[in-house]
Amino acid sequence: MAETVERRILGRMSPSDEEIVINFGPQHPSTHGVIDFVTQTNGEIIRRSIPDIGYLHRGLEKIGESVGYPGFMPFTDRLDYLAAMLANEGYAMAVERLLKIDIPPRAKYLRAIAGELCRISNHWVAVGTMASDIGASTPLTHALREREAINDLLEELCGARLTFNYARIGGVSFDAPEGWREKILRYLDHLESYIQEWDRLISLNQIYVKRLANVAVISRTQAIDYGLCGPNLRGSGISWDTRRDLPYGAYPDFQFEVPVGQGKMGAVGDCWDRYAVRVLEILESAKIVRQALARLPEGEIVAKVSRKPKPEPGEAMARVESARGEMCYYVVSDGSENAYRVRVRTGSFMAMGIIEEMSHGLMIADLIALIASLDVVAPEIDR
Amino acid sequence: MNAQEIHAKLQAQFGDAVGGLSETKIDPFATVKSDKIVEICQFAKTAAGLEFDYCEDVTGIDWPARNLIEIVYHLFSLQHRHQIVLKVETDRAQPCVPSVQGVWKAANWLEREVYDMLGVDFVGHPDMRRILLPDDWIGHPLRKDYQEAGGYHGVTNTRPDPLVRLGHKVEEERKAIAAAAPPPVAAPAATTPSGGFGTDSPPHQPPRASHAPGATTATNPAPAPAAATAPAPDKKESPNG
Repeated sequence: MAETVERRILGRMSPSDEEIVINFGPQHPSTHGVIDFVTQTNGEIIRRSIPDIGYLHRGLEKIGESVGYPGFMPFTDRLDYLAAMLANEGYAMAVERLLKIDIPPRAKYLRAIAGELCRISNHWVAVGTMASDIGASTPLTHALREREAINDLLEELCGARLTFNYARIGGVSFDAPEGWREKILRYLDHLESYIQEWDRLISLNQIYVKRLANVAVISRTQAIDYGLCGPNLRGSGISWDTRRDLPYGAYPDFQFEVPVGQGKMGAVGDCWDRYAVRVLEILESAKIVRQALARLPEGEIVAKVSRKPKPEPGEAMARVESARGEMCYYVVSDGSENAYRVRVRTGSFMAMGIIEEMSHGLMIADLIALIASLDVVAPEIDR
Repeated sequence: MNAQEIHAKLQAQFGDAVGGLSETKIDPFATVKSDKIVEICQFAKTAAGLEFDYCEDVTGIDWPARNLIEIVYHLFSLQHRHQIVLKVETDRAQPCVPSVQGVWKAANWLEREVYDMLGVDFVGHPDMRRILLPDDWIGHPLRKDYQEAGGYHGVTNTRPDPLVRLGHKVEEERKAIAAAAPPPVAAPAATTPSGGFGTDSPPHQPPRASHAPGATTATNPAPAPAAATAPAPDKKESPNG
């Protein structure tokens, strides 16, 4: 069993006499999943760190070619388990574009509400684990407590707490339960006041700020060139949000701000900016949920779609602003009931691509801050 | 700009290296000549009015019937909010396409993934390694004719259906019980209670009489009847299956 496989990644390392090559991962709590950062360091200073990914590759794109269009929906949950609602929504949108169907307004609103709640819960995990990676252990417990409340709300909606499988091709699977609206509003009231406590607890904490400000600054050009998206792109000062700029679903109806990194604590695009964007987005998502609840239209929640849809041959791409940025589903149909090709372009994968360039000259502890600030989730990288 | 205008602009610059725009109503695409792809991308990135600064996706589709692999480039301009889909066709037997990672760094990892999944060689790519699969993996999974190699370094990728195995086990135990028990005489209580699933109370474990002095054989009736089923459980398997 103990066969050694030559790792070609080691060929990219060229340690001098004073340098060593270490595997940071694949099992390490601060790598946010099973990822190996092969790191060449001189003491604490990193010469280069190259992510070795694929430990969680499950061939989801290949599976998509054999399970039928509706059958792939539960697999999208497993793409990004922290923001499964948004991953569901993107896939449903791509197939709906292929089938050229429009979905009922109530379904659009329910998707928006569920998606934004999911984004809030994802961002809680992101900022909580980031604080814990930096060395502050209390905030994570607070963040998980907040997330738990949302998990309860989403469980009430669709019965699941993690892998929701909520969207359907043509709509959503369940209508809002009785009294759900009031429970969400109660939670949002709490959330909006709690954010101030959170900021006092960690966001503005001097030690925390010093660990993050001016660390791993990603410039505007780099962010665009590497195809970063979502909060990572906005952290570098680029005001781009698919929900606002290429609106889909119910989003044209909502008013919300797009927070961008402003370099309040250091340079624009440092780790603190990426962190702060996420905290601010929690409030913006709360705003969207309030608006959606206020205007939730009555009516059907799912359009009439065949159980085994057979789209005409063609291809469609759908972009959805997932919690980790633009998630693109590119679905190709050959006219049969199975997709010919399902491609998922994810924010985490793009974010990992920049680490090699950013890592040069960082301290090892700063690499952890960089990884945490990019908010990657391993199943989404590896698919 | 919409896709037609972008396409016209590219065609004006590169002539017949840029094929016609597909008539599909959803996302139109243009197929371009493989050897011109880098120039076209460079132009699309820098030309005034186009400025495709954002390489959204590079992926591939295998078409065995047409004997080619399509590489699909989704280009986007954050500045102008417009997009275009370009495709490049390459031979299935010797797939190779010039790399555009010099134009957008994002293409570096995206092209590596296409190489990993479809076996397309991107000429000029500085780091053409597999990205998701191990370096010694055989084959490229997103090819339509991909066959799994049947495991990886002794790790199997198949497993017996647990329900089928359970069915066999129940059947064997029934036979063992039937063989062990003398059929005609009155011994119904001994044969029936443990049912078919002998694994719940493994017979080789002694009753815990020594640890629990109060326990007598009356409260722990398992050993005697279970002894009849002793030969049945499969020796290769642990009680937990």
